Amino acid sequence: MTSIPSVPNQNTRLARFLLVLRDVMARPSGAIGLALVFAHLILALISPMIVPYDYKAMNSAMMLTGPEATHWLGTDHLGRDVFTRVLLGGREALLVTGIATPIAVTWGGFVGIFFGLVGGRIDEVMMRVVDAFLSLPWILKMLVLIVTFGTGIEVLIPTLAFFYGVPVIRIARAATHDVVARDFVSAARARGHGRMTIIRRELLPNVLDTLMVEGAMRWSWMLLAFSSLSFLGFGVSPPTPDWGLMIADARGFMSFAPWGVLGPVIALSSLIIGINLTADALAKALGIDRAQKAPV
Amino acid sequence: MLRMLLRRLFLGAVTVAIVSVIIFSGVELLPGDSCTAFLEREAKGKLLENCREAQGLNRGPVERYVDWAASAVQGDLGVSANGQKSITELVGNRLKNSLLLAACSLALGVPLAIFLGVVTGLWRDRPIDLTLSTLAIFAMTIPEFVSATLLILLFSIWLGWLPGIVLTPAHAPASEFFPEILLPVLVLTMVMTAHILRMVRSSVIEVMAGDYVQMATLKGVPYWRIVFRHALPNALLPAINVVALTIAWLLGGVVVIEVVFNYPGLGRMMIDSISDRDLPVVQAIALIVATVYVGVNLSADLLTMIANPRLRTLHMRRQ
Repeated sequence: MTSIPSVPNQNTRLARFLLVLRDVMARPSGAIGLALVFAHLILALISPMIVPYDYKAMNSAMMLTGPEATHWLGTDHLGRDVFTRVLLGGREALLVTGIATPIAVTWGGFVGIFFGLVGGRIDEVMMRVVDAFLSLPWILKMLVLIVTFGTGIEVLIPTLAFFYGVPVIRIARAATHDVVARDFVSAARARGHGRMTIIRRELLPNVLDTLMVEGAMRWSWMLLAFSSLSFLGFGVSPPTPDWGLMIADARGFMSFAPWGVLGPVIALSSLIIGINLTADALAKALGIDRAQKAPV
Repeated sequence: MLRMLLRRLFLGAVTVAIVSVIIFSGVELLPGDSCTAFLEREAKGKLLENCREAQGLNRGPVERYVDWAASAVQGDLGVSANGQKSITELVGNRLKNSLLLAACSLALGVPLAIFLGVVTGLWRDRPIDLTLSTLAIFAMTIPEFVSATLLILLFSIWLGWLPGIVLTPAHAPASEFFPEILLPVLVLTMVMTAHILRMVRSSVIEVMAGDYVQMATLKGVPYWRIVFRHALPNALLPAINVVALTIAWLLGGVVVIEVVFNYPGLGRMMIDSISDRDLPVVQAIALIVATVYVGVNLSADLLTMIANPRLRTLHMRRQ
């Protein structure tokens, strides 16, 4: 007798998670990516305890000094220790995107699955609206809100969570379409299950892989957006250390003090590359094709 | 085919119409209007009323939307909040500059990306593929302002080969933007090449694994003939859509690059007008960029359909 696949319980879910994790770790991109991401997360947690200087302590006697024994990455234009600020510079970004990404994927995923299941006219209209939203550049949408309501995290988190959830609708809807026509969904309908039950028990488990990969990609794009906003002066406000802002500040003195740029550049790039490598490995491990992704 | 075409055009127009409603109501929902922004927040009483009267802001939102949309269709985008200048004129120069930047990057990036994409696809997992694919990941994941900063550091500060900032005014003819435009073009080319390369690579790999390529190999068709006659025409079709998205991105999304290099394009105008809360200009730019996005994607879909006989007949049969 053939075995009937049982409803996934806590144990098999954990087992599957470990299997996927092992697959991700087995790929060079996954191993490097995860290592980078974890290093950054740990650093973000412990950096306030290990930094050698106060990040906002200015020193007019040593402005833009080069790397030396006491200041490993030199000092910036206000005499603040660059190494300290690089160590601390990712905390705000990780906090904001770390909260906004799950929210974005959850609401976008839910709406996408819902309209994928319902279909028909409403779905058609909804997709036009999503298309219309996507045709506007992200920076325009975000800046209009930020300029009006301010640049604090209480504005940035909901703004990022909202706008980065819109494209997820499309992805989740497309993934749902692949599932909705299958027999087990018709069977669930025939059994008389309601929409929410079908979404929770039949659709979500099948769409979850896609959403996980999407979430990882969204996270890196959100970080990109966040640091671009800081760079343009619309993100975190000084003196809070942030890589985007530090690069913007140090750019002016680049010709004679390039170390001020290189520190935050390496820190920011390594985090974003780490996330991307992890997302790539995750997509391969879960068997989802992400190569056909165009710039958004 | 004609019905298909009309249907797509209609859907595109619907999307643009929805965008215009979103833009208008978005700006409408924000606290304040272009008069309070222009006259500062404290403005009250007679002055504010006069300004609103002059700009027609005292009418109902629906009436103003219809008015705005109707004149936008006729190519009149209204007047800016501060200078009382025609927006069509203001935006015209910037759009021209953005087009110049986009055209240069496309001319450089698209052939390069397709060539490298085919090379990496055909020599999959060989050293050349691994090198280029890794470089591509770097080029597309590193934030644009970071790669721009690094290139300025390298090419204009350390090597001194290219100017790191654009000083040419917005209304100057295209020829005067050289050589200042080269560094921004280089950054944009890097990013777009990476995206298109990855797309072409995966498409080439997929096609080369197809049944008809195997059949041709078994028949004894020479390898390069298979590549050029059988595989590439199919493999390059999806590239049309990516190039379309890239064009839309080049015309609307390169704000950061334009700010970094001080390039007087549409993107920088967008930032400036948002900072100044010049809402009529923001609306106009948003509408232009969205229309370009929809138009370019629509053309790409139609082009793909024309170039791909299978898709064509499929749609004809269905309609």
